Amino acid sequence: MTRVATRWCGQSIERVEDGALLTGRGRFIDDLGIRSGTLHAAILRSSHAHAKIRTIDAAAARKAQGVAAVITGADVRAVSASLVAGVRAPIECWPIAVDRVRYVGEPVAVVLAASRYLAEDALELVNVGYEPLPAIVDPLAALDSKHPALHEGLGSNIASERSFRYGDPEHAFARAAHRVSVTIRYPRNSCTPIETYGLVAEYDASEDTYDVLANFMGPFSLHAVMARALKVPGNRLRLRTPPDSGGSFGVKQGIFPYIVLMGVAARIAGRPVKWIEDRLEHLAASVSATNRCTTLEAAVDGDGRVRALAWDQLEDVGAHIRAPEPATLYRMHGNLTGAYDIRHVSVRNRVVLTNKTPTGLNRGFGGPQMYYALERLMQRVAVELKLDPIDVIRKNLVPSNAFPYRTATGATLDSGDYAKALETALSQGGFAELRERQQSARAQGRIYGIGLTAAVEPSVSNMGYITTVLTPEERRKTGPKNGAQATATVSLDPLGGVSVHAASVPQGQGHRTVLAQIVADALGLKPSDIRVVADFDTAKDAWSIASGNYSSRFAAAVGGAAHLAAEKMKAKLARTAASQLNVAAQDIEFTGGRARARGNPDNAIPFSRLAAASHWSPGLVAEENQALRETVFWSPPELTPPTEKDEINSSLCHGFIFDFCGVEIDRVTGAVRIDKYVTMHDCGRVLHPGMVAGQITGGFAQALGAALYEEYAYSPDGAFLSGTFADYLLPTTTEVPTPLILHIETPSPYTPLGAKGVGEGNCMSTPVCLANAVADALGLASVDLPMTPAKLAAHIHGAEKSARRPV
Amino acid sequence: MPRLTADARYRVHFELNGRGVEADAEPRMLLTDFLRHDLGMTGTHVGCEHGVCGACTVQIDGVPARACLTLAVQANGAKIRTVEGLAPAPGRLSVLQDAFRRHHALQCGFCTAGILMSLDYYLRHHPDPNEADLRKYLGGHLCRCTGYTPILAAALDAAEKLREAPTNA
Amino acid sequence: MKPVRFDYIRAGTLAEAHAGLTSGGDDARIIAGGQSLVPMLSMRMARPTLLIDIMHLPELTKIEIEDDAIRVGAGVRQAVLLAWPELAERQPLLAAALPWVGHAQTRSRGTVCGSVAHADPSAEIPLTLLALKGTVELSSQGTRRRVAAEEFFTGLMSTARQDDEMIEAAEFPCRVAGHGYAFHEFARRHGDFAIVACAAIARHDGVRLAIGGVSDYPVARDFPDIDGDALDDALDRLACDLDARDDLHATADYRRALVRRLGRATITEARRCRA
Repeated sequence: MTRVATRWCGQSIERVEDGALLTGRGRFIDDLGIRSGTLHAAILRSSHAHAKIRTIDAAAARKAQGVAAVITGADVRAVSASLVAGVRAPIECWPIAVDRVRYVGEPVAVVLAASRYLAEDALELVNVGYEPLPAIVDPLAALDSKHPALHEGLGSNIASERSFRYGDPEHAFARAAHRVSVTIRYPRNSCTPIETYGLVAEYDASEDTYDVLANFMGPFSLHAVMARALKVPGNRLRLRTPPDSGGSFGVKQGIFPYIVLMGVAARIAGRPVKWIEDRLEHLAASVSATNRCTTLEAAVDGDGRVRALAWDQLEDVGAHIRAPEPATLYRMHGNLTGAYDIRHVSVRNRVVLTNKTPTGLNRGFGGPQMYYALERLMQRVAVELKLDPIDVIRKNLVPSNAFPYRTATGATLDSGDYAKALETALSQGGFAELRERQQSARAQGRIYGIGLTAAVEPSVSNMGYITTVLTPEERRKTGPKNGAQATATVSLDPLGGVSVHAASVPQGQGHRTVLAQIVADALGLKPSDIRVVADFDTAKDAWSIASGNYSSRFAAAVGGAAHLAAEKMKAKLARTAASQLNVAAQDIEFTGGRARARGNPDNAIPFSRLAAASHWSPGLVAEENQALRETVFWSPPELTPPTEKDEINSSLCHGFIFDFCGVEIDRVTGAVRIDKYVTMHDCGRVLHPGMVAGQITGGFAQALGAALYEEYAYSPDGAFLSGTFADYLLPTTTEVPTPLILHIETPSPYTPLGAKGVGEGNCMSTPVCLANAVADALGLASVDLPMTPAKLAAHIHGAEKSARRPV
Repeated sequence: MPRLTADARYRVHFELNGRGVEADAEPRMLLTDFLRHDLGMTGTHVGCEHGVCGACTVQIDGVPARACLTLAVQANGAKIRTVEGLAPAPGRLSVLQDAFRRHHALQCGFCTAGILMSLDYYLRHHPDPNEADLRKYLGGHLCRCTGYTPILAAALDAAEKLREAPTNA
Repeated sequence: MKPVRFDYIRAGTLAEAHAGLTSGGDDARIIAGGQSLVPMLSMRMARPTLLIDIMHLPELTKIEIEDDAIRVGAGVRQAVLLAWPELAERQPLLAAALPWVGHAQTRSRGTVCGSVAHADPSAEIPLTLLALKGTVELSSQGTRRRVAAEEFFTGLMSTARQDDEMIEAAEFPCRVAGHGYAFHEFARRHGDFAIVACAAIARHDGVRLAIGGVSDYPVARDFPDIDGDALDDALDRLACDLDARDDLHATADYRRALVRRLGRATITEARRCRA
């Protein structure tokens, strides 16, 4: 890594985004104007979890006021192709039900009308004849071959099964002093952005071209999936994003089937189509994180040293295995040993289909599910071996001198000092005092527990990790997949102004501000001199499959690419300046809005004049120094494909988190009160402390929701129970305390700026940290999320003691 | 007043951010849709349309209220204030808005308008708020980005600045 | 999430409102603050053909003391009652319960009588009205009657109101010197509808406890001045008599446990306030 001189990076400057957002002048998808004649879509959705569609009678709806068209699965099938499924199997995956519905909320018909009000009126006139089929809700039931297959082409409801072996786990288990195991059922939840999905789709028949503006967030590998489904080459699906997007947290990846659906609808109607998802649609049918059943066993020495892990993961992706699933299961594959030095691992991964909403990206993406098992296990090791849980973590952490450290399953932990982070957190976070607090609370008869979590937070996903789901033989046939192209463009205008474009598709993360900081530092300018445009257009901007805003890739990858592009521009400008100032190019420095000779600040040229030169006087600039627009694509070489032994460096960077907390549980109500929460992060070099803090507090609040409040719940017959914000409970100001945030910095050697991702870590660490505290408080061996008061009170109150039988 | 029939549109007048505005609405038109799509005031956002998330909070006759739980025809004759009316001048921010910017109390900014409209009211009536009361009051808003911590900090900071120089609201 | 079509009358007189109700039958609905009705409209769970807006009738916006009761007109918003300077002195139970109703941003528009009309089983205002043995004043074209709260709530979100009737006021009896009042609620989050809400009134010779959130409508029971095991036993009987059910937020078991424990805590506090 080159040492980067920083002036603006590392400062919490005010965000350039905020002026517009605070005055109501944001430009979110539904704030933008539409072409006259645009139709408004409403979607009729299945009320059945599983049923054959016998008939769809839309005659009355077609005649209703303002209605231009009613579109069903048969219409969509006639002009498009099935979405590519996430596994190699003869199954179809349409953006609207074709002959059969497989989850409550699945689209069945689309009404296009002059307004959303009229479209909803007409929806009520569409009559669908269903023949109900039995629903499978429990992923364990989906394993049972007696249940009919949701997708006949699969033959069963197991979409994928693979086993892996690293080191010598059998031997380690055979000689282990202790075996400790946990069995977890991780529930469904979602980060539910406050802005729902929205898009405007158009089709131009004369050029067979789709043009869609959508608050999609990437990854743009899905552009290929969409273009194939629409049966056009990639250059005939123009996908644009609006300047602002109201949060995503992974969720807005899941709009992609609707891009296809409404593209087709616009084609059939011959008019532009606008669709804004409403909240009920979003909760029932947008996308969910996976629910997962995990059994995890450890082979443990008598002193608490963990020698081997045996993972058995059963992933429930819902009714369709939509790309990029089963990525949730494989995203953490290189990190299955967490922050620990464990050399022997066995893994069985199974993916099943059930009659629930299809799953997709959600902040933490596989991390919450995985760390819930691993960190519950580490607590159980301490409890069962009667050791201090802190000592069990200490004993097993990857040693400070071991970096870069290759995990048993193939990840390269780029940098870190886990022991230092842990000890710093304990001392600065007041762990000893917390234990005293617990003792005195318990002495008073209060129910008080302490939880701990250590976690490695991966960032910048290797686009090839998902191929770990294939066998080495299958991978040989399909060819290796790997890398993660990040891109950024720096351009100069004729007045010497600097503009930056990046395919980073922000949804509130302040990318425009940070890119301005990065480029200002490189060019010796102020962030206010740099204009960053973050709305994105596949027809005009530089992009690749890894483009988009996910896997915490911005600071490490996109920020790095912007730095490289600015440096490339600077090198050209320096050579031109050198010839004008009669010094060597390496003696040119950019500072204070000027290029000047090092050691002779009066020998200088204003940046704007230098930057304008290639526009106005190209003849005076050597050809190789023409400086107009520099685009950098950067893909780190460390992101290699899976090896023949299925080792996969699933992510480029690995931050470290150590959390601890104290919780008190109310004896009467079973409610959990978070008394103290400390979260230590090492996310490499911090580019904007204010935004890093915001990522941590925001992730913490979502994780707290997952731990205590939120669940996408289904009844045994597949009815969806969490259909409104009065049922799916997001934490509010009265539920979310302020965590104490601590940092150490070990820069990543693999990223241009030394930065790592930070946005997802607390979604991984916090749910299990709270669960460990609750388990400690109540002496539970097993606790599943969400930890509702009713669930916990049952442990406090015991079996109902009543003289009577309730009516 | 005559009966407004379901499928006709009626002129709705009200005062919006100090100026009279008018447009036509069916009786069933929600105030959110009317503000955003008929009057072009898109700063008020729609997050749930069932009154829980608070993104659409505006001030109606001086008090914070959910625009999504109000019909446009109900607002006829009312005084409405939206986020577009908060800043003292173009390019300038109010004390509260500025505190939000300094404390990074917004990320995506989608829920922010509603929170600002609530806080603008609250700080006028409670110039010296404590954190516990603010937490209760802001419990009527959902934010998915910030974890609320910087919002509370911004509100407390704005309250202090307003106490020092109340005319700068 | 857009409502079905309906006609709309902004009633200028009570007679206009009554005439609307008479003509509309059960397809007509009164809209006051709209905080319960509009979500149901937007979800199309309520499908009226006529909405009658009663928020511009000055006679309905009064808070008055009549016959030792606080008479709250149908146009009185929850926030207005909460801010009424005499509230805590006149009826401490109502003062204790109102801050639990929704959030400040919904209390600003929601009306006291609208909550009574909506009759959500977990709502605080119906519970308080029942606990205090309050009265609902109903009127229609040419008729007027008063219904005791105990008779008013008849089922899950159903009441004794006839289709052509509107609530004109709710009457909450004022505090009685020497009585103690207490309110406790447990909800998943602050501002949510209660999982269990308890309102207690302690007299010198007994106690009245009302429970919300458990049955289809709030239920009240009067106990003699018992304590210890006898009170536990009485609370257990009440818990088991209520038709507690499992739902997403809590089990029936849990609700009964809260009735016993929170009920006892509420009674204890009411007695302390009596002293």
